[in-house]
Amino acid sequence: MTAPAPASTLTLRPAQGNAVDLVARFPNIVSADARTGFSGFIVEKDSLVEVATAIRNEFGFDLLTAVTGVDYLPENKMEVVYHAYRITGGPGLVFKVQVPRVDPVEVPSLIDLWPGVDLQEREAWDLMGIKFTGHPDLRRILMWEGFEGHPMRKDWKEGFYEEDTKPFKSRWPDGQFYMAEDKNPFKDNLTFPQNFDPEKWIPEGDALLYGALARYTVKQADGMSTDRIVINMGPHHPSTHGVFRAVMTLDGETIAGLKPVLGYLHRNHDKIGERNTYLLNMPFTDRLDYFNSMTNNFGYAITVEKLMNIPVAERAEYIRIIVSEMTRVQNHLIFIGTLLNDLGAMYTPSLYAFEERELILDIFEAISGARMMCNYFRFGGVVRDIPDDVMQKIKGLVHERLPAKTDEMERFLSENEILVSRMKGVKMISADDAIRYSVTGPVLRAAGVPYDIRRADPYGIYDRFDFDVAVRHNGDLMDNYLIRIDEIRQSLRILEQAIKQIPQGPINSQKPVYQVRVPAGEAYGRIESPKGELGFYVVSNGKPNPWRYHVRPASFVNLTALEKISVGNKIADFVAILAMFDIVMGECDR
Amino acid sequence: MYGKGILKGLGVTWKRFWDTYLEDISWMVRGKKRYYTEEGVKHRASKDQRGIFTVQYPDEKLILPEEARYIPFLVYNGQADGKREILCTSCGICAKVCPPQCIWIVRSNDPTTGRPIPEPTEFFIDADICMNCGFCAEYCPFDAIKMDHDFEIASYSRNVYNMEKLLKSSEYYKSIRPLNYAREEAARKAEEEAKKAKAAAKAATEAAAQSPTPPAESPAAPAA
Repeated sequence: MTAPAPASTLTLRPAQGNAVDLVARFPNIVSADARTGFSGFIVEKDSLVEVATAIRNEFGFDLLTAVTGVDYLPENKMEVVYHAYRITGGPGLVFKVQVPRVDPVEVPSLIDLWPGVDLQEREAWDLMGIKFTGHPDLRRILMWEGFEGHPMRKDWKEGFYEEDTKPFKSRWPDGQFYMAEDKNPFKDNLTFPQNFDPEKWIPEGDALLYGALARYTVKQADGMSTDRIVINMGPHHPSTHGVFRAVMTLDGETIAGLKPVLGYLHRNHDKIGERNTYLLNMPFTDRLDYFNSMTNNFGYAITVEKLMNIPVAERAEYIRIIVSEMTRVQNHLIFIGTLLNDLGAMYTPSLYAFEERELILDIFEAISGARMMCNYFRFGGVVRDIPDDVMQKIKGLVHERLPAKTDEMERFLSENEILVSRMKGVKMISADDAIRYSVTGPVLRAAGVPYDIRRADPYGIYDRFDFDVAVRHNGDLMDNYLIRIDEIRQSLRILEQAIKQIPQGPINSQKPVYQVRVPAGEAYGRIESPKGELGFYVVSNGKPNPWRYHVRPASFVNLTALEKISVGNKIADFVAILAMFDIVMGECDR
Repeated sequence: MYGKGILKGLGVTWKRFWDTYLEDISWMVRGKKRYYTEEGVKHRASKDQRGIFTVQYPDEKLILPEEARYIPFLVYNGQADGKREILCTSCGICAKVCPPQCIWIVRSNDPTTGRPIPEPTEFFIDADICMNCGFCAEYCPFDAIKMDHDFEIASYSRNVYNMEKLLKSSEYYKSIRPLNYAREEAARKAEEEAKKAKAAAKAATEAAAQSPTPPAESPAAPAA
């Protein structure tokens, strides 16, 4: 075991200790969360904004990463949970607001303090029915506009509803097969608003959506009124990386207003997760960000391990690092490929990127059994050891091929004048704005903030490796591209060390059981996925199924800043700006 | 000089273009076949690959690693009289651990007593819902359900597999996963040896302690 690496000038050290005593600061309105297994502070609803202001300005928690709700149906109350972190690193601060469970629940919005809560508050309104008063644009975001009810509430039942929790009793011992659609006609379990006729329905959401944008007609100084054009980009547009839709108003070629429209790929991953048992969620997390199933597994595994309070086998720790860093390498390569696709260099760069990705996926297939949907992590370790011949392959890739191919990629693209003139000087986001808008991942680091969870709040055994947090300071598109190459190099550095240091031994500290015992409590686990912070918030009540399972996806929250960045830029640059977020709709819409 | 970067980049493409032919020539000189051979496919999927990367599916296929997993199948042991010994005991663990709940098992009941007996009457897998996670094979205590390598299952209708479709011989399992099969066989043998040794030791102690009692019964087949 090596000592933690000496931090370079760009690297952050985690803040030491420094416990926050909110109760002493606000004796009557804040109390510590005393439930067993829970942590953080419970804030009175009416003082939320006051306390949150103090948390941000006095205690220095300037990055609010996750906002979500929990429906405590038996206690007849609802809770809004906030996770705030310091941009200089260190552990986070959890604060909560509890309100009686009515419809709709009302909680003050924190959007003036942290504009980054925008989309997350809309999601909590959409799925949980928590109304954030003061939010300027509280519309549904993932469900369709005419949807009735709030699906993440515990008493809401989906179409094809069978039972509250898996395993379903109809499967065994008398598992006479039937198809769900035969047994459950479309009309059941699906509530429409009263007097609703789908044939005659005209979506009202569009009017609201366009109303949320700037006015169409603008009076200019000389008295002439000019029209703005509304452009719908997507959901079926080759540059939107899936079914993402951006509605913009244009002033000439300049974007004057923009709203992202999401939810076309929504499948209510959170609800599925609450029906599942803890283990069964693992393969579902693969499908969030389908390019990076290994890191998705990692995030979920460390969250449940936190709840279960179990150690991870030493060899498995190293295997986890190896697979996640290889995931990062292939994700960033694909990012470069798709970016060039979006910029008009169809296919050649992306196919060059796909070659290296193929080789990495070959390794994933040999150890986990699947190329993309790896389902490789288990609580306490991983499912299968890396055999020696595969280890040789990894060594060959890490020591010989990938460094050479990264150099080749840079020779191929980084100096290309067309690319440079397209990207250089097109501003993404400033460091301050990036933090306020809860942007994480490469976009934040390209804006000049060296914030990497692997260093800022280390998980796994990242504190044992010597690597630098890649950071660039111009914050333009070119930096956002170059930082990916920097990160590939750093990942290869970590890989070299991990391959060298990996010990022999068991790969799981637990017995392989399919029904894990998880004590009651809550846990928020977060990792630095290639796209940013991937968080999992899990609440257990001691039963085999999680009471609350929430994913804080990186691409979804990063999109909050899209409007801020795009307004004022040209529409042609929008394609490149969106490509820089490297969104994957599987994770975004869940 | 403006355009230098573009030329540099084009140089990479140019080199990659010729790499394919140089590699072809080098294989030809060495008297080996680069295309439509296992060796060639393997080389093209290795770190030493240069030039062309693609595999001409379905004429060429990538070599699947042993752990590759697709839709599960049930394993049976072929017996001398042509009968099939199904390893599944219908304990239901695979159905319980299936994330999308696509496994349906009908447990057999003894016609006279009405009590459950350890074998399935019917076994369905809805292959359209199956997410190929491999949990059923991983947690099966009897090594009775395994993940297949056959990924070419496109069809014109829904793929609901019944037991007849799912059953595949242990020979087939051995052919696709030789290492796993050897490991499981070794474990099974070791377990049997241990059981025998234990039974023998027990019989010996009993025989030593007491007057002639018949030796302990040979260990019964693993009960559900």
